[in-house]
Amino acid sequence: MSLDSDRQLEAFRRMVRIRLFEEALIAHNPVGHLSIGHEAAIVGACMALRDDDYVTGTHRSHGHPIGKGAEIGPLMAEIFGRRTGICKGLGGSMHLTDARMGLICESAIVGGGFPLATGAGLSAQVRGTDQVSLCFFGDGATNQGTFGESINMAAIWKLPVIYFCENNGYAVTTPVATSHGQPDIARRADGFGIPGVAVDGQDVEAVHAVVAQAVARARQGEGPTLIEARTYRFDEHSNRLAIPIEYRSQDEIEYHRRERDPVALYRAVLCERGRQQECEAVENEVRETIDAAVAFARESPEPEWADLWDNMYASPPGPEHARGDRK
Amino acid sequence: MTLANDTVRLSYLQAIVEAQREEMRRDENVILMGEDIAVYGAQSLFEEFDGTRLRNTPISENSFVGVGVGAALTGLRPIVDLTIASFCYLASDQLINQAAKLRFMTGGQLSVPLVVRTSTFYNNRTAAQHADRPYPLFMNTPGLKILAPATASDAKGMLKAAVRDDDPVVIFEDINLWNKKEDVPVDPDVLAPIGKALVRREGSDVTIVSVAGCLPHALKAAEVLAERGISAEVIDLRTIAPLDSETILNSVARTGRLIVADNSHKVGSVASEIAAMVCEEGFDTLRRPVRRVTAPQVHVPYNGTLEKQLFVTRDKIVSAVETLD
Ligand SMILES: Cc1ncc(C[n+]2csc(CCOP(=O)(O)OP(=O)(O)O)c2C)c(N)n1
Ligand SMILES: [Mg+2]
Repeated sequence: MSLDSDRQLEAFRRMVRIRLFEEALIAHNPVGHLSIGHEAAIVGACMALRDDDYVTGTHRSHGHPIGKGAEIGPLMAEIFGRRTGICKGLGGSMHLTDARMGLICESAIVGGGFPLATGAGLSAQVRGTDQVSLCFFGDGATNQGTFGESINMAAIWKLPVIYFCENNGYAVTTPVATSHGQPDIARRADGFGIPGVAVDGQDVEAVHAVVAQAVARARQGEGPTLIEARTYRFDEHSNRLAIPIEYRSQDEIEYHRRERDPVALYRAVLCERGRQQECEAVENEVRETIDAAVAFARESPEPEWADLWDNMYASPPGPEHARGDRK
Repeated sequence: MTLANDTVRLSYLQAIVEAQREEMRRDENVILMGEDIAVYGAQSLFEEFDGTRLRNTPISENSFVGVGVGAALTGLRPIVDLTIASFCYLASDQLINQAAKLRFMTGGQLSVPLVVRTSTFYNNRTAAQHADRPYPLFMNTPGLKILAPATASDAKGMLKAAVRDDDPVVIFEDINLWNKKEDVPVDPDVLAPIGKALVRREGSDVTIVSVAGCLPHALKAAEVLAERGISAEVIDLRTIAPLDSETILNSVARTGRLIVADNSHKVGSVASEIAAMVCEEGFDTLRRPVRRVTAPQVHVPYNGTLEKQLFVTRDKIVSAVETLD
């Protein structure tokens, strides 16, 4: 179940896309929670999925649709708040849902995605398809009630769900060590009678391998798996947040940037396999994609007042709805 | 053979079970989930459908409502039984932050054809944590459709309409109506429309808008008033959101007087919203101030004698009407 040669380059492409997407935001439109440092965890997980599998994300979710293979322009335009954005400028940085790629929600309510991913798994089971659903969440989210409630339901019903934790060690400024009675998150799986696996989240092929195994298990009807990818957030919690204290040392940050950069690590692996030129070609191509996306976003119009009303209901409820403030 | 307008005598509660059975037969994407449904409420459904589409859930309200949302996003039409309305609060995050907002936040990419059923357990000596009528809270959330059927036919027809609707619908059932029997249409395609109030009794002197289980009291009040020479029009609101302001305004335009009977607490009640709406849009037609007949702003006590005094009765409606002249 390892990545073949083409898929290796595609994984690298998606990782570079995430990295350059986030760097473009830092340069042009500094909003949101960045995924720099998480690229291998995200892409490794997504590369183990099919296009028709479901994904739920979080507040830190620029990377998830990119990892799943979504088109870049509409994502960038969404963060710029434009009408050409994937959610017409109504969702923004924390809600980059691209339903065409199987994304069904990025929850800015920490822990909000657990039930939704679980429900998508239930849906696949009831409809008799072999789709799976993968739930991304942070270490902090594991302290929400929905974590245990949802995993328990997936366990008793053997739902095809992969619970994938991007453990970056912190929830804003709160370390895992001081907020988790069992800081070894993969071990929490024991409490629900399901497998729990920890993996180096900076190694895209290692992540892919464990997720692929969990996906195979889920497709065969054997139920959910909890995966903990140990990763690190290179930037601050979010772009606009002032952090008044030093909750993690500069040494720690420098160490990860220098030694544990997932994009650099994978590039080195591919170069060792004699693929340096291909890597460079991918980097150039992605740079163009991102520049074009920024230009597209900048030139795009803003959403209109009527868009607010037009996106409320699938079956518009009638006269009252059409009245009043809509005009 | 059944004819288009055949009826069968069913209680409000039986009508709900029938609605679920018919919708599950009609569409294999309809599933039912909730606590202890295998024993309470849906036993007979377990004889017909297997455990794939009927899920007895663990006690995890927020998550099983959210599981319903996730399933609704991906092709199913789940009915989630949240049993007691006071438990809505535990699920309010998934209801408000997810179900109601996902379509909007995704720019219309997704829809959430979810039905959440829940019952208001007041006048039943269950005390303050089981007896709430929290519909106004959810009325304040755009994106949710809120139903409150007051008859067996509506309990059936509105639930069926909700299952076929593409948006999230919350239905507040009223346990004080559970045993009320009525002739209910047999035809599985008879639906009760969402968003339409119904004039249950015509009148010309005063409009009584009744919310949920206030209907029997409002109709009795109208009889008493008739004996005293006052002609009351009774409107069964049926849908709390979106509000059918048209039917209410048309009635008030003729009667000039408005009473709203609502068992939720007075402050920010459904009655408050209707009063505000009529004052804004129908002020010129009002001949007297609007009166709300609601539960007062105290919690539901365990003591049955006190509890009864909290809620809407025939006599409270009659006296409210009498203060208008
Ligand atoms: C219910 C809820 N509580 C608090 C917050 C504020 N908040 C946003 S992100 C965050 C930390 C989340 O940490 P983690 O799950 O580890 O994800 P990370 O940011 O590290 O990727 C908090 C507390 C929120 N958005 N939702
Ligand atoms: Mg974290």
